[in-house]
Amino acid sequence: MPKFVFLATDIVLYLLLVATALDAWHALRTPTLRQTWRVVARDASAMSAAVILGVFLLFALLDSFHFRPLLPTAAGATANTQPAYSTQTLSVLDALLAGPRQAREKTYSVPLATHQYSKESMQVDGKIVREFPRLQFGGAHLKDAAAEWLSDVAARSAIGFVGGALGAAMLWLLVAALRARSTGTGTLQSLRAIWRRTTDVPWRAMLLTASALALFIGWVAALWPVYHVFGTDQTGNDVLFQAIKSVRTAMVIGSLATLATLPFAIVLGILAGYHKGRVDDAIQYLYTVLSSIPSVLLIAAFVLMIQVFMDKNPQLFETGVERADIRLFLLAAILGITGWAGLARLLRAETLKLTELDYVQAARAFGVSDASIMRRHILPNVMHVVLIVAVLDFSGLVLYEAVLSYVGVGVDPATNSFGTMINSSRTELSRDPVVWWNLLAAFAFMVVLVLSLQLFASAVREAFDPRARAFRPHRVHPATGAAPHSGMPAA
Amino acid sequence: MVNYVIRRVGYGVLILIGVNLFTFVLFFTVNTPDDMARMNIGGKRVSQDAIEKWKVERGYNKPLLWNSSAAGTGKLTQTIFYDRSVQLFALDFGPSDSGRDIGYELRERVGPSLALAIPTFLLGLFVVIVFSLLLVFFRNTYLEFWGFTLAVFMMSISALFYILIGQFLFSKVLKLVPISGFAGGADLFVFLALPIMIGIVSRLGGEALFYRTMFLEEIGRDYVRTARSKGLSETVVLFRHVLRNALLPILTSTVAVLPLLFLGALIMESFFGIPGLGSYTIDAINSQDFAIVRSMVFVGSALYIVGLILTDISYTIADPRIRLS
Repeated sequence: MPKFVFLATDIVLYLLLVATALDAWHALRTPTLRQTWRVVARDASAMSAAVILGVFLLFALLDSFHFRPLLPTAAGATANTQPAYSTQTLSVLDALLAGPRQAREKTYSVPLATHQYSKESMQVDGKIVREFPRLQFGGAHLKDAAAEWLSDVAARSAIGFVGGALGAAMLWLLVAALRARSTGTGTLQSLRAIWRRTTDVPWRAMLLTASALALFIGWVAALWPVYHVFGTDQTGNDVLFQAIKSVRTAMVIGSLATLATLPFAIVLGILAGYHKGRVDDAIQYLYTVLSSIPSVLLIAAFVLMIQVFMDKNPQLFETGVERADIRLFLLAAILGITGWAGLARLLRAETLKLTELDYVQAARAFGVSDASIMRRHILPNVMHVVLIVAVLDFSGLVLYEAVLSYVGVGVDPATNSFGTMINSSRTELSRDPVVWWNLLAAFAFMVVLVLSLQLFASAVREAFDPRARAFRPHRVHPATGAAPHSGMPAA
Repeated sequence: MVNYVIRRVGYGVLILIGVNLFTFVLFFTVNTPDDMARMNIGGKRVSQDAIEKWKVERGYNKPLLWNSSAAGTGKLTQTIFYDRSVQLFALDFGPSDSGRDIGYELRERVGPSLALAIPTFLLGLFVVIVFSLLLVFFRNTYLEFWGFTLAVFMMSISALFYILIGQFLFSKVLKLVPISGFAGGADLFVFLALPIMIGIVSRLGGEALFYRTMFLEEIGRDYVRTARSKGLSETVVLFRHVLRNALLPILTSTVAVLPLLFLGALIMESFFGIPGLGSYTIDAINSQDFAIVRSMVFVGSALYIVGLILTDISYTIADPRIRLS
């Protein structure tokens, strides 16, 4: 049995997941909430984004179960010696992707390369020559790399795409069959309905997104075992593996930092709006002080202080991963502590409005205590603001992490993150020939992640804040040539 | 009006005192000057003598709040708190941890920062307004849909990518402008062209969507319907009536940002090697110079508060219906 390790961020992520599940269950049982979420579920772009986010979330979760593998027992060991565990903390994802993780080259190599990026002195026929050495792992199965490379890559890509397409087709059929069972129609009929977009949930958009993902995953799965699909970085590590590992960092920063803002923002925001007067003044003063400090500087100040603390107490952390994880955890906490002012201000304004409403006045007249009024009557009615701000801020935090890492107050340098990837690619772009794949991988993963987050967030906002719905752009309906909503045609 | 401004300024000073106390607690009591010294000298086995020497050189050897060995008012003034926090209000920033005068550096660096920040701000505002007005003008057409999509996409790209790709494209491949650096005179334009352009583009997406909502809100108002019913063309309605009315809230909301322009752009300056306050801050963070970070926190929050006061005043000037009290 390996020794399971529960890192701080892991535990919070599990708790967050449980809380989300409970919340979803609650939303399902509450008719109004169910209705509102159904608006989100009808939005094609949001649901496509949700498909992608689901895949990212899966990666992040797989990367959140950590353990230290058991080392093989030494030769002279008896049955009752203590088992020895590796000093390396691995995650399930690390174990699943052990191939690419361990396939470490010497230095840079171009995506799908068989030879190293830079020349090295080698001995050929007793003479020293400067040559591009073959990679240790990338394309190692080819005998004559120059001649076989193209056909091998093409063949494997074809296999990968076919596999991906098969997987996608299965998915279409599965969804159609499941839909058919619940609606009581035939599978073929259901498939036609999906394709013609007559379904309530935008299955076609979701399935098209899933199909694109399946094709990509199939392609990667076919090539990754024998090539570095996105090349290798300066120390020879697989770039695609690092990009996938970065997803968890981004997700942790986004979710934990949002979570950390909530207690401050909710408690202080509602207290200020409900009690008014002195309490309001004090809380307003507090958040004006916090928001008047430029956020990068405030975060930098906190992070520098933490660095001093961690340098002073190195004995607290057993392995390097634990140390890096604590730093990630604290960074998220700092982002929360420094970032609650905006939400608190919104909640204060909303509470100010709510306290004047009849039902709150009635509760007061009945002698309900202040605490219960805030908990039972105010809190549930400001939750939509919390939700909207939380989903909108998530993507911003992912982007912010990259900037903070660049400034030098981000995650531990040992943690894979988009920020550290972008940082290293800064010098790579000035090399000749250009090392572009590190930046490309970070760019592609980050844009897809942030874009999905934003599409999903804007749908959630539109569902929970009806005012926002008026500002969504409408495409001209192809059949009628008119916009679906009233409004003056453009001149 | 004068009364109101005086009260707001008083509140601003209160906030600034809060910021000051907060940074003092964060920098001097959470971790002691000994820790700072150890970190700055580096390494775990630093002798106590070296630490003492480091502290004496920077004046960190005094007591934090109360100097019982000094006489009279010296009990209060010969302390780290007085030297390093109270003095900030007199705009005396003292020396940085590496020994240079912070006040001098600030004065030297504010010029380059403004040279980058002001054109970026003004041109950016213009471009954003034009882009979002066009989005509104072509609403309910394919142009709007794709413009909107483009804006959302641009919003999802980290500013770092714009800088890296911009530098690569315009400096390395096309060789139009130098990669980084700064010089006065006619060369100024050559060095600033790319950072200004990138600064505008990287913010375009998000801000255009924000201004678009503002314009759309304005378009639903009664005066717009009246203007249309008079038979005015959509162009006139949009560019004369809507633009003028929407410009008011836009301008008052930008007033808050104006003082912060002095702080410079953090990453932009550091990527392009512009010797402004932004790169100064980043260098300070990287070399863990706490004195500079503290001073920048003070300057930054002072400017933010000035922005708040200016916003309040500009509201009353722009809209006489708002009365200050």
